[in-house]
Amino acid sequence: MKFTLNGTPRKLDAHPLKRLLDVLREDCELTGTKEGCGEGECGACTVLVDGEPVVSCLMPCAQVEGCEVTTIEGLSGDHPLQRAMMREVGAQCGICTPGVILAAHALVESTRKPTLERVREALAGNLCRCTGYEAIHRAVLGAHAERHAHAASAAPEKAKA
Amino acid sequence: MRTATAPYALFRARTLDGALKILREEPGTVPIAGCTDVFVTLEFGGSPGTRYLDLSRLSALRRITTSGDKLVIGALATYTELQKSRFVRARLPMLVEAARLVGGVQIQNMGTVGGNLANASPAGDTLPVFAVANADVVLAGPDGERRVPFNAFYTGYRASVRRPDELIVAVEVSPVIGKQWFRKVGTRAAQAISKVVFAGVRGLETRLALGSVAPTVIRLPGTEMVLNGGGSIDEALRALADEIRPIDDLRSTAGYRRSVAANLVRQFWSETA
Repeated sequence: MKFTLNGTPRKLDAHPLKRLLDVLREDCELTGTKEGCGEGECGACTVLVDGEPVVSCLMPCAQVEGCEVTTIEGLSGDHPLQRAMMREVGAQCGICTPGVILAAHALVESTRKPTLERVREALAGNLCRCTGYEAIHRAVLGAHAERHAHAASAAPEKAKA
Repeated sequence: MRTATAPYALFRARTLDGALKILREEPGTVPIAGCTDVFVTLEFGGSPGTRYLDLSRLSALRRITTSGDKLVIGALATYTELQKSRFVRARLPMLVEAARLVGGVQIQNMGTVGGNLANASPAGDTLPVFAVANADVVLAGPDGERRVPFNAFYTGYRASVRRPDELIVAVEVSPVIGKQWFRKVGTRAAQAISKVVFAGVRGLETRLALGSVAPTVIRLPGTEMVLNGGGSIDEALRALADEIRPIDDLRSTAGYRRSVAANLVRQFWSETA
């Protein structure tokens, strides 16, 4: 099976019904994608397939043949969303964090400023048992501001409470 | 936990004819697309079958179009695509609302209309909408296509008139006259399977449907008859009590479902007045 993983073409030999989650963690050794509930409720295993968030625990790997898959490892580690999550303490135990970041990625990259309601909708499929979500929502809004701040502004914009 | 893949086979089809041929030649094959139901069953030790047929590449079945005065929703249209479609938004806003409340964004990107119908859960979120819209289910099989009224599609709990060698290829909806209203009651706004799900149309002919109160989604002919005959909402709710058969299960109780069903019909009636 051939697909593109974080920008690099990959070819692997896996059972076509093997969960994409297991292919990523075991065959590709990318363990940033976490398993939470295993039934599509918690969003911890969220990855992007052709730019759209999906839960990798409910996807047979055969379905990503020819597609572009992005996992948390595909972000630089220095993405505005990753920095904002640290700044706002949007993570405690961290299990939900890779999924949250990928679910919010499209909102942050979009030039249109999301409302808080829009952020909540985008993250409705991601459960966090630690933070109570407020810090996560602040991080997403702050990351959007930072991502689209004019290059001239010296300091990164402080996220609004 | 890992899906036990070893004993299972996956066929992949690129054309509808190819898919139908596999269903004919490999009896017992389970069609899959968004996998949001089948993979949950597999994950928790259930086995809907040992042979699966992936339909996800049949892009022709993903389209949402119009044909004459009919809205034609391809079976592989996802909940996200339903929300984005200008045809669905203009003609069937209650379906947009139902799609918006299915799971989170990830599930909406994966789950399909055809899957919601085929899974045949009494709690399926889009099903009351198709019931009150008097939709038709388009099935393709060895002898070509046939249309079945949605309200005659289910024959019992998780059972339908779809034959094993047939595929659901589309849902067709004629113009719906009247105000549309949809409401889902679950544990939380996203991600929860419905405790009760309701759709209603109020026009010259008022039509009502409920999910999760009987073995299949049901229309409410007795309640409708009272309302269409000029009866009061209180009389209608007495008729409602006689025609729903909710049960206690892990998500709710029969008593709670009875109360919620009555409240939903009353709320529908006052908000669409």
